[in-house]
Amino acid sequence: MFEHLDPVVLARAQFAFTMSFHIIFPAFSIGLASYLAVLEALWLWTGREVFINLFNYWLKIFAIAFGMGVVSGIVMSYQFGTNWAVFSDKTGPVLGPLMAYEVLTAFFLEAGFLGVMLFGLKLVGPRLHFLATLMVAIGTLISAFWILSANSWMQTPAGYAVNDVGQFVPADWLKLIFNPSFPYRLLHMVLAAYLTTALVVGAVGAFHLLKNPFQPGPRMMFSMAMWMLTVVAPIQIFAGDAHGLNTLEHQPAKVMAMEGHYQSHPDGAPLILFGLPDQDAAKVRYAIEIPKLSSLVLKHSLDAPLAGLDTVPRENWPPVPITFWSFRIMVALGFLMLGLGLFSLVMRWRGRLSESRPLHWYALMMGPAGFVAVLAGWVTTETGRQPFTVFGLLRTADSVSPLAAPAVASSLIAFALVYFAVFFAGVVYILRLMAQPPHHGEQGPSGATPARAAGITPAPAIASRRLG
Amino acid sequence: MIAIDLATIWAFIIAFAVFVYVVMDGFDLGLGILFPLFRSKRDRDVIMNSVAPVWDGNETWLVLGGGGLFAAFPLAYAVLMPALYTPIIAMLLGLVFRGVAFEFRWRTTRERNRWDVAFFLGSLLAALAQGVALGALLQGIHVEGRAYAGGWWDWLTPFSALTGVALVIGYALLGATWLVMKTSAELRERAYTLSRWLLLGMLAAIVAVSAATPFLSYDYSQRWFAWPNVLATAQVPLAVAIVTALLLRALAKRRDYQPFFLTLALFALSYAGLGISMWPYVVPRSVTIWQAAAPESSQLFMLVGVSILVPIILIYTAWAYWVFRGKVDPEHGYH
Ligand code: HDD
Ligand code: HEM
Ligand code: HEM
Repeated sequence: MFEHLDPVVLARAQFAFTMSFHIIFPAFSIGLASYLAVLEALWLWTGREVFINLFNYWLKIFAIAFGMGVVSGIVMSYQFGTNWAVFSDKTGPVLGPLMAYEVLTAFFLEAGFLGVMLFGLKLVGPRLHFLATLMVAIGTLISAFWILSANSWMQTPAGYAVNDVGQFVPADWLKLIFNPSFPYRLLHMVLAAYLTTALVVGAVGAFHLLKNPFQPGPRMMFSMAMWMLTVVAPIQIFAGDAHGLNTLEHQPAKVMAMEGHYQSHPDGAPLILFGLPDQDAAKVRYAIEIPKLSSLVLKHSLDAPLAGLDTVPRENWPPVPITFWSFRIMVALGFLMLGLGLFSLVMRWRGRLSESRPLHWYALMMGPAGFVAVLAGWVTTETGRQPFTVFGLLRTADSVSPLAAPAVASSLIAFALVYFAVFFAGVVYILRLMAQPPHHGEQGPSGATPARAAGITPAPAIASRRLG
Repeated sequence: MIAIDLATIWAFIIAFAVFVYVVMDGFDLGLGILFPLFRSKRDRDVIMNSVAPVWDGNETWLVLGGGGLFAAFPLAYAVLMPALYTPIIAMLLGLVFRGVAFEFRWRTTRERNRWDVAFFLGSLLAALAQGVALGALLQGIHVEGRAYAGGWWDWLTPFSALTGVALVIGYALLGATWLVMKTSAELRERAYTLSRWLLLGMLAAIVAVSAATPFLSYDYSQRWFAWPNVLATAQVPLAVAIVTALLLRALAKRRDYQPFFLTLALFALSYAGLGISMWPYVVPRSVTIWQAAAPESSQLFMLVGVSILVPIILIYTAWAYWVFRGKVDPEHGYH
């Protein structure tokens, strides 16, 4: 069985599958950790009950999402070695330290304070507890910093040399860490995480407002989420544009794939809105295009020449159809988010933020949009880098472990079965929590426990009471 | 004797991280392994609660061990991971089940049993896979050039099966002595009984593995039995005997805190024995730590971070344990 399959394709499929599962949870928990810190700060500052209720409400959801992020992340950190051994040998000296710093500065920080954040409010008191929440939130951002630096180095390598056994070795750590695409990618990803969370929080708020617009908790969370969206969605579009210009400079083939430009356009390239890229024929069929707009977006001039994939050797082409479509999905969702932000601003202006049913329906439908955009964005980035793992320097086909196809096929199947079963259950539990509105006297994951100096009591009592 | 260079320092740092992982996550996994022996919901809740606030931190040492190997000895990471592919993947999947079970079992009553089973099987699988990986490492790995050159079933031998079982027993003992320390009344009594049986099991496992190791063809026996090495190496079994005696006494005299720490000492001794067998190879008999080492600039860059950050990490980890110190009180937390 499986002997005829290509181990490289299998390894790619496994990496893409496990990574896609992993990124869903960080994208949510980076934003949610910051949101929780804000809620707790507001509670400490104003003493209003609504904030602590919301805090406890989202904390329970955070606990589940974070747990799934952790276990899927641990899988990632071993996959480099198990499936990409040659890649690991060659890039270990430059990427290894970045990930080691991620563990030391981020993972330990999150894990060390997570227990107190989830179960310790009554044991340590509100101030120290807020410190714990803050540390977890900061930890998630530091984690994004290092892992995106590592990923960006693979996209736009800098600050390295190659030694006599063919390993990449560090030459200049600052150049290596702050490689050319890193600032753009970091900003774009953190904003994406904030948008994702705002959309989820907004959708949960909208869901409860649709049933009853007079609940303080849902009103508050909906309003906060819509502010976030109104402010961040436009910034994200600018950040994405800047990111694209940076990519054009350093990975032109990727932009050609995103735009579907198989041919060069010496005097003004059209923006292809939709079409079916045909990799073999090297053209986009049924293209609907706006003349010269692509040159305007990418070069800020209508008649600027733009090179196409015909200037790139065929063996270095990324798979255009995937890159082309995933990019369009992300951008379309970005504009839909902008639309939601603006719509909510209008309703807020008219004082109908908590009553407008069309707005609530719109927000509800957009609940999962952040996750989809994040996945689409990563697929664009990673597929557009192909056929390289380290752009221009190390080919994917040369990165892979010396493993027999059946080994990888079996592990891929095992991952698929386990992930679907486990994460499906997790999502169901999260949705069940979301289906209840936050209410007066909301309890955190530790249940209604009296403060006790000796003894730990994090068992939640809510399970049996509310979920049956 | 041992030249102090960066590669050596890093070998010790990674060994330290792995050891911290083994003892910290060892007792978590041990509790999972013992879970089916405790049937009442109340006992199970107490057991879960005794580790729920700290398991994530415990597991992070595993990420540091793996990440550290990747960074400081990339060649070793690149050889070992494919060689141990199946046990590693099994361990990861086991850890998935055990990790989510902590959160999921509180969110449902109907499916709680299912997650309790997942907690047990996940812990068992992870422990077994770690032990098997250790055995597969010790018995030797086929390397050609800079890559693993064996098949995908090489890891499975009677010896690796033995180390797998041995580690399961060892973790279970850690878990049982942890319960002795963290619980009271009837639960504590049962933990005492279990500890005594598991200690016997662990001793048998130590003897079996020690007896088998020198016959794994490689120069392990030289290492242990040649004159004058034997003067130093003979101290290890001697110390094991002393610690065992102390442990038996502590169990008999009902000293709640001592058994756990004495079990840690037992682990430390076994680990030291392992170190004696391995040194200075990361991949036994094929790759030494110097051959696998990343360039100095990489190791130095991380060493700065480790020397500053690990002490800080240890401090706030200790604080987190302190916050949740003492016996778990079963009367609180549920209605
Ligand atoms: C630090 C490294 C890193 C990071 C942060 C990511 N990836 Fe990645 N990705 C790789 C490192 C990598 C890799 C090891 O370099 C792969 C394996 C094969 C390859 O070509 O690149 C890869 C391949 C790869 C592929 C296969 C592409 C193809 O075969 O055409 C997909 C779909 C993704 N990744 C998806 C993601 C997603 C959804 C991510 C979201 C966070 C992500 N990657 C982050
Ligand atoms: C291949 C790449 C990646 C690897 C190897 C990886 C590794 C890990 C590991 C090992 C953990 C668990 C840490 C713990 O024990 O607490 C984790 C969690 C996490 N990762 Fe990743 N990760 C990757 C990609 C990313 C990306 C792209 C992001 C976001 C930008 C990210 C953000 C996080 C965050 C915030 C957590 C904390 C847990 C959570 O929020 O769910 N990771 N990751
Ligand atoms: C509508 C405007 C947007 C534009 C013009 C845009 C542009 C881009 C570009 C050019 C890339 C690829 C960069 C590269 O690999 O070199 C990218 C990647 C990405 N996008 Fe967007 N984007 C937009 C909206 C969004 C939204 C709304 C989200 C999520 C909420 C998002 C999430 C991501 C993610 C996660 C990546 C992969 C990580 C990265 O490379 O930064 N994007 N985006």
